[in-house]
Amino acid sequence: MNSTAISVENLSKVYQLAHLSRRHQTFREALTDMALAPIRRFRQLSGTDDSLEDFWALKDVSFSVQRGEVVGIVGRNGAGKSTLLKVLSRIVEPTEGQAILRGRVASLLEVGTGFHPELSGRENIYLNGSILGMRKREVDAKFDQIAAFAEIEKFLDTPVKRYSSGMYVRLAFSVAAHLDPEILIVDEVLAVGDAEFQARCLGKMKELSTGGDRTVLFVSHNMAAVRTLCTRGILLSKGRVSMVDTADAIVDAYMAPVSHGSSATLELTRPKGARIWMTQAVIVGDVGPTTSVAMGSKLKIKVKFETDDPILVPRLGYVVQTAVGECIINSNNRYQPSAGFSSPVSSGYVEADLGTVPLMPGRYTVSLWLGDNGMIDHHVVPEALIFDVIERDLWGLGQLPPRASAMWWPTEFRFSSG
Amino acid sequence: MNMAEKAVKGTAFVHPIPASEESVPEIVIRPRPGWIAINWQELWEARELLYFLVLRDVAVRYKQTVLGVGWAVLQPIFSMLVFTAIFGNFAKMPSDGIPYPLFVYAGLLPWMFFSNAVSGASQSLVNQQALLTKIYLPRLFVPAASVGSGIVDLAVSFVVFALMMVFYRVPVGWNVLLFPLLVLMVALAAIGVGLTLAAVTVTYRDFRYVIPFMIQAWMYLSPVIYPVSLVPQKWQWLLALNPLAGLIDAFRSSLLGKPWNMQTLCISTVSAIVLLIYGLFYFRKTERRFADVA
Repeated sequence: MNSTAISVENLSKVYQLAHLSRRHQTFREALTDMALAPIRRFRQLSGTDDSLEDFWALKDVSFSVQRGEVVGIVGRNGAGKSTLLKVLSRIVEPTEGQAILRGRVASLLEVGTGFHPELSGRENIYLNGSILGMRKREVDAKFDQIAAFAEIEKFLDTPVKRYSSGMYVRLAFSVAAHLDPEILIVDEVLAVGDAEFQARCLGKMKELSTGGDRTVLFVSHNMAAVRTLCTRGILLSKGRVSMVDTADAIVDAYMAPVSHGSSATLELTRPKGARIWMTQAVIVGDVGPTTSVAMGSKLKIKVKFETDDPILVPRLGYVVQTAVGECIINSNNRYQPSAGFSSPVSSGYVEADLGTVPLMPGRYTVSLWLGDNGMIDHHVVPEALIFDVIERDLWGLGQLPPRASAMWWPTEFRFSSG
Repeated sequence: MNMAEKAVKGTAFVHPIPASEESVPEIVIRPRPGWIAINWQELWEARELLYFLVLRDVAVRYKQTVLGVGWAVLQPIFSMLVFTAIFGNFAKMPSDGIPYPLFVYAGLLPWMFFSNAVSGASQSLVNQQALLTKIYLPRLFVPAASVGSGIVDLAVSFVVFALMMVFYRVPVGWNVLLFPLLVLMVALAAIGVGLTLAAVTVTYRDFRYVIPFMIQAWMYLSPVIYPVSLVPQKWQWLLALNPLAGLIDAFRSSLLGKPWNMQTLCISTVSAIVLLIYGLFYFRKTERRFADVA
């Protein structure tokens, strides 16, 4: 008797990335390029363009999962979690390697796939159920439970386009939650609906995964959920498996303070075709380069750049995201008055001074973008830098604001009688 | 057999390998180069999905229209009136001795079914990208469902045709028994063409703009407004390479008692089957890239 439910061997998936490095010196060049564009696009679309750069979304991923295990897959944005689930769900074909799944598989990468707004709740339950792989008699048998869990019994014959978004999501999750597969593959679907419903979803997930014989692969940014639901964890990073351990150990590793080797400085290389590029990036706190700052500290992002053609105003953009991938700051000197150098330079520093950033304790990532005045993305580095904000009793009151948001805000409260 | 052996066998019997163990489906995921065979077993097991997709297309088609399913009647009637006025009255188009309105309507029945099915099927994947990128299902069913749902329109517009036959006092012969078979042949041709166009449209969205013109041109290459007999005998085989040519002609033989033209029917039938097989295999071959390019 083979108790291995999923075995994955050297699974790899490559995507081809197009480079937008064309720049026209003359009107004639622009015209020629426009005329040749259909040929170029045809080669790109048909996958016969050799100038495309290979990007390995997954590289030599191997692991195995025993029957009945609940495994959390953890990793930063772009680590390959979703690609892995798509390959295991048979949505995309791997480039190399193989995976063997033993048992009836259901995958849930999105709730409500195939819902039609014009159809009633009842019709959508049957349609979505059969899209997810349920037989009609299974849906018949579970119909009342599905409607009850979604709390939409009264609106079963109303077109779902008239549903509130909450009702819609509840119904969609409810259909999926009543699947009864041997292997369940779930992507971040718990991040829907209001807090109360999320708690119920989590409860339902727990119920599904403690059934004993069911094998679950679960991707989430919600570390608390991974800790509660999962028995084991897999940490992915840059398309590779970087750690397989208990769920707790994986979550700890994922949350642990980062170290970029010995220094906080990130060294960068020139991407193919870029005319302006970063060679170094660093976060500077109150006392210099760092990967962790206390609440209320001042923060700067400093980038060293080089360029082929001397430039007056390099454009630097940055995006700060929370550990769960929420974008909280987006800034670029392209969209605001910006001084620049007094005469063109071919290398130098750009410093983005954020001032005092009212971030709550937690982990944040910084993605960087560097360009000139054109619309070309010369150098883009997603999640280039990582920093942690450490708790600090800002006002000496012996208490911290509740962690209900990504930011506290330096607010002045004024009072007047009346 | 001694007691020890019995005990061992007994234990084995108390804890049998579950019956399901034999039939645990094993899914192997690996790169598959080249042509991929059609998984008939999977299609059969998921047949209810096809049923629900067809049901959805039928239920949704005329939602939030005032006339509802009346459009299935009005569309061919409008076309019939326009064609009768222009080609029947002004151009004096021959019609094998059949009243022109009846002649053209009998051609419009299979043609409208085919053209609606092909244009619906070819858009079906790009319009429902989530079915490609968020879930695995037998994707062949998505374009096939668009063809299936056209049968309902065909049935409704056929009722009008039956009334016209009564009005023109056309006798119904035994040939009408072949009608369902001819509908099936048109459906198979539509599935073949629809699958091919759906697959190329996923990658090359240019086809969204090309297909309407293609269908328009296709109509004039099919004997909808003119009879096959208008084409010189020695060139009829060329016309019949278009599967719709022989099938439309056969529709008229089956419904209106026009003599059968076996040569065009045979060529067109073979041509429809070739298109179907090509469509199925081309779809299977390109299917693996759908989620990457959609």
